[in-house]
Amino acid sequence: MPFEIPGVKYNGKISQAELGTGRQAVQVGGQDCFTFHQFEGSAPNLPKIAMEVYDCPPEGWPEAAKAPFEDVLDDPAGWARKCVSEYGAEMVCLQLASTDPNGLDRSAEDAARVVREVTEAVDVPVIIWGTANQEKDAQVLEAIANTCPGKRLTIGPVEEKNYKTIAAAAKENGHLLIASSPIDINLAKQLNILLANAGTEANDILIDPTVSSIGYGIEYCYSVMERIRIAALTQQDDKLQMPIICNVAREAWKTKEAKIPASDAPELGDTEKRGILLEAVSAMVLLLAGGDIIVMRHPRAIGLVREIIGELAG
Amino acid sequence: MALSGIEIFKLLPKTNCGDCGVPTCLAFAMSIAAGRAGLDKCPHLSSEARSRLEEASAPPIRPVTIGTGERSVKTGGETVMFRHEKRFENPPPLAFMISDTMNETKIRQQFELFGSLRYERAGNSLKAEMLALKYESGQADKYLSLIENAINNTDAAFILVCSEPAVLEKALEASASLRPLIYAATRDNSGEMVDIARKYNCPLAIKAQNLDELSELAETITASGFKDLVLDSGAQTIKQAFFDQVAIRRSALNKKYRSFGFPTIVFPGEMTKDPLKETVYASILIAKYAGLVVLGKILPETIFPLLVERMNIFTDPQRPLATKEGIYEINGPDENSPVLLTSNFSLTYFLLTGEIESSRVPSYLLVKDTEGLSIMTAWAAGKFSADNISQFIKKCGIEDKITHRKLIIPGYVDFESAGLEEELEGWEILIGPREAAHLPAYLKNWG
Repeated sequence: MPFEIPGVKYNGKISQAELGTGRQAVQVGGQDCFTFHQFEGSAPNLPKIAMEVYDCPPEGWPEAAKAPFEDVLDDPAGWARKCVSEYGAEMVCLQLASTDPNGLDRSAEDAARVVREVTEAVDVPVIIWGTANQEKDAQVLEAIANTCPGKRLTIGPVEEKNYKTIAAAAKENGHLLIASSPIDINLAKQLNILLANAGTEANDILIDPTVSSIGYGIEYCYSVMERIRIAALTQQDDKLQMPIICNVAREAWKTKEAKIPASDAPELGDTEKRGILLEAVSAMVLLLAGGDIIVMRHPRAIGLVREIIGELAG
Repeated sequence: MALSGIEIFKLLPKTNCGDCGVPTCLAFAMSIAAGRAGLDKCPHLSSEARSRLEEASAPPIRPVTIGTGERSVKTGGETVMFRHEKRFENPPPLAFMISDTMNETKIRQQFELFGSLRYERAGNSLKAEMLALKYESGQADKYLSLIENAINNTDAAFILVCSEPAVLEKALEASASLRPLIYAATRDNSGEMVDIARKYNCPLAIKAQNLDELSELAETITASGFKDLVLDSGAQTIKQAFFDQVAIRRSALNKKYRSFGFPTIVFPGEMTKDPLKETVYASILIAKYAGLVVLGKILPETIFPLLVERMNIFTDPQRPLATKEGIYEINGPDENSPVLLTSNFSLTYFLLTGEIESSRVPSYLLVKDTEGLSIMTAWAAGKFSADNISQFIKKCGIEDKITHRKLIIPGYVDFESAGLEEELEGWEILIGPREAAHLPAYLKNWG
């Protein structure tokens, strides 16, 4: 008797979100089974990788992370262009590090100008990530939503304390939101309910469960993501049926182990390859847990993960 | 899987003799069902009842021990598909493949490298535990010398990758006392291989071309009474390997499919030549259900990410990782450096050390034992309040290391500052930021 795999009783489906506009628009979600489980369900869209771009020259990055972008570190539009033309990015994620009130504290108007430059430089969907300072993000993200009407930007993080103004501006201008909650399935659901009440459509929401890298507590977000996905696909929980986005590159590359040179820690091996693997393995673990968009940095890490997504889904 | 007390009771002698130490057979059955007593306490159990009870109470995936003593590793014994349902039990041991075609010097180097890759993290010591010793030379004496060399120069548990019965027997004469895993019985040689595994009392891997063949082979072997098995579905691609792992785990847990109720072994290095890709493959298989992972090449930059990933995934969700209580010196502090206080929830500790390191401000981080709870949870549980914090500050020895008396407490427990100033005479209590990310800015303005 040939062996048959016992099935899972799926009864839900992840909503399908469309990021960006025109020929380069990207669909995410839409699947009715766990990630890489196409043998028992359908998944019209593969998980996607968004390449990071910073709005100011990044600080504290190890050489390995900087090297591929050495010529564009102070030029967000050029950086975005390089991601697309040289590294084949399907989408980019602009990290608004310069707006941090504890750092350069650049204004909402400055940020909106950079966003315009980046969206003019590339055709692929653009994701905008604030600093998670709720008051500042409220101003910055609102200004950005208003400055690029109809671009279907993906804007976040939107949290319980600042969702109202950002959600209203996003809806008016046709953008998507990143609903961010601190590693907790109930808080993720609560925020989605609030957004629904504020008039945001389910397929304009991505869930950000707040992620960390391997070695730094990835097990917490891993299990929260698995629980979100199980609730969405097998318990018909329509308030959790959104695609999940994981902003993980910055977590992987800020760790001590990504930075320390091999000369200081020979037992950790080659610095560059180690950093690439810390990022790639973190990304892979989050994909397995249900990540639909992974924000990544190093071209080699991206190449590895992209290839393996293709192999697992092919 | 587990029988109820009543079902167990039906199989007992029902004499209420009390020889088991419990007054009645029913009470004894209840104790067994609750896991408080073992079957062997009853001296009057018929052998038929015993085997039925053992069969029914066996875990859905058999735990298999490879190696002995310090060299032993345990795999299998898993009970859930997702770690949040309970926990994953046994982190899959990681092995490196060493061939007997390597020359002596190379082998010696590999053993030294293997021994050097040890990491301490949050009170755990991380390492790859195993070596897979491969018979490839066609010369038995070369293989025997590799094994002898590995026994004398490493602390690994072993996999003997050798399917030639005559050579394998010689290898086991030298190593059976260390209980290596034998790899592998196939459809063509399974009779002989099982006899050898039984004779030397070692666990045996079985290798098939696909799941159908694997299930037949496992059924035949278990029917003969041999149970210490490890399964290799023979997957050649990551896609097939992922499917096979999910299928085997689900069958064992959800269908109680006995032929697949064993840990698995995978070889990501045989699916690609690129060591980076091999590492990412391995990370998939660690999270998704491999029992043993055999890697091709020993490289420090590839093993470290896998070890921390494995540690994370196999952390018990009900028992968060905890850091050891004590004083942590970051960036080389002196007697004037700032002193920060936090809980011993590992995640908090890692975040804080990362931020303090990146601030480059020399600092002392005082980690107080809160049984692994985060700041607010520990505070709510009464493990992070003025009275016990002050005791910790006095006894931890920080007063001998600094000349000032300023303590930075987490912003989330700012309301404890008055209590602390009362308990800690002569100390000034400063309120730190609520978020770790704001620490570098805070520290740069300190003092």
